[in-house]
Amino acid sequence: MRYHTPQTFEDAARIAAAAQGVTRFLAGGTDVLVQMRAGMVQPDDLIDLKHIPGTQDIARTEDGGWRIGIAVPGIALGGHEALCADWPGVVEGMELVGSTQIQGRATLAGNLCNGSPAADSVPGLITAGAVVEITGPAGTRTLPVEDVPQGPGRTALKPGELVSAIILPPRGDYGGDCYLRFIPRTEMDIAVVGCAVNLRLKGGVIAEARVALGAVAPTVMLVPEAAAAIVGTALDAAAEEALAQAATAAAKPISDKRGTAEFRREVAGVLAKRAARIAFARAKGDTA
Amino acid sequence: MSKIHVTTKVNGDPVEFLADPRETLLDCLRDRLGLTGSKEGCGTGDCGACSVILDGRLVCSCLVLGVEAQGKAVETIEGMAQGEDLHPLQRKFIEHAALQCGFCTPGILVAAKALLETNPDPTETEVRYWLAGNLCRCTGYDKIIRAVMDAAAELRGEAA
Ligand SMILES: Cc1cc2nc3c(=O)[nH]c(=O)nc-3n(C[C@H](O)[C@H](O)[C@H](O)COP(=O)(O)OP(=O)(O)OC[C@H]3O[C@@H](n4cnc5c(N)ncnc54)[C@H](O)[C@@H]3O)c2cc1C
Ligand code: FES
Ligand code: FES
Repeated sequence: MRYHTPQTFEDAARIAAAAQGVTRFLAGGTDVLVQMRAGMVQPDDLIDLKHIPGTQDIARTEDGGWRIGIAVPGIALGGHEALCADWPGVVEGMELVGSTQIQGRATLAGNLCNGSPAADSVPGLITAGAVVEITGPAGTRTLPVEDVPQGPGRTALKPGELVSAIILPPRGDYGGDCYLRFIPRTEMDIAVVGCAVNLRLKGGVIAEARVALGAVAPTVMLVPEAAAAIVGTALDAAAEEALAQAATAAAKPISDKRGTAEFRREVAGVLAKRAARIAFARAKGDTA
Repeated sequence: MSKIHVTTKVNGDPVEFLADPRETLLDCLRDRLGLTGSKEGCGTGDCGACSVILDGRLVCSCLVLGVEAQGKAVETIEGMAQGEDLHPLQRKFIEHAALQCGFCTPGILVAAKALLETNPDPTETEVRYWLAGNLCRCTGYDKIIRAVMDAAAELRGEAA
């Protein structure tokens, strides 16, 4: 295995494009090293991205959003007060990943690019309207996060392409987001279902909303019908019920050892309701 | 397979070793540097027996490559006692009988030390969540939590 430590994204893309065999990028390594250990993946070229300047930074963008470096670990997101105030749902999704030790390494970019349908940070990124900046042999492009996952372990990145930053839009007034997951215990497990809700209020009524579900389909998915069920309402009981029904209907889960398809469909509705309530309270200014 | 020369600091001392790029930091500590205090329970980030502090952050050394330690500072269980003087956490683990086979103990001590350095006055719930990635198969967790709470009180200068 060749271990590379490029100093720029362009060099990283060049190395990846020229590589002939199995290639992996190394951010926190909490997926890659486990896969290497299990013998699932034996990279011929491993490209460590942490030597590229700026990859450890969280910076305000000119329009008031955020640019998050691809090597920022979960613990640094959780420790960033202004980011947590703007996007608590994004940060709490990432903070659910693994233990304290895993938090010291695991990144948003790795969670997204590993391509797990149960990736905990991805629903929150999708509902926030985050985009990734992609650097490749042909230059730089951006892509909404919801267009990155293409199936378990597969992404829309082309050979030689890598994510060079994650960009969150400005929070703006009267907005709130939330991510919840169901696991049978309180820590250290993989989501049976995950759900993120992001919404904006205008005069006490939901003016815009986005809802995303994880672990109930081959990819994390945006569910526009669930969002439509609460737009124009003040999240009264009827709106909550319509939201839950839309989320349950959109879920296309499999049955496995973590839960049956029937159970997952029901939990998708329950979590959507609960996440919407929290996002709604946060949008009103409650710091829950 | 060509090896890579790595220069790093372990428990304050500059060290160097040659590592196969696939080797984990845990294997380098144990097999290249002879520091066998850090244990391998799982090798996949689940048990925390391999916990070390890397540039101030608690990590599983089984999920870090040895070559990633280049130019960094690593703290392991071997750096915890000052000569014959045990760290208060180590003393409290003995007092509370917070270990049986001891396999999980180095990782838990390193993890608890990292906690008390960032949060000197944690609640019991905070200690339990912080240590959720450290598995113990024989002692049970209550004694471990009590020992950490007691050591924290002593380090704050409170008589417990
Ligand atoms: C004990 C344990 C518990 C875990 N618990 C959870 C959990 O609760 N929820 C959850 O969602 N996940 C969990 N994970 C999985 C893992 O920690 C996360 O997916 C993590 O966010 C991966 O990030 P990383 O930086 O470590 O990725 P890495 O392992 O460095 O990379 C992962 C993949 O992404 C690719 N990649 C990385 N960066 C880029 C980039 N910039 N551009 C293109 N491709 C890139 C790599 O090639 C690789 O294929 C757990 C893992 C362990 C070991
Ligand atoms: S050996 Fe590293 S977490 Fe178990
Ligand atoms: S004392 Fe044996 S595993 Fe903890």
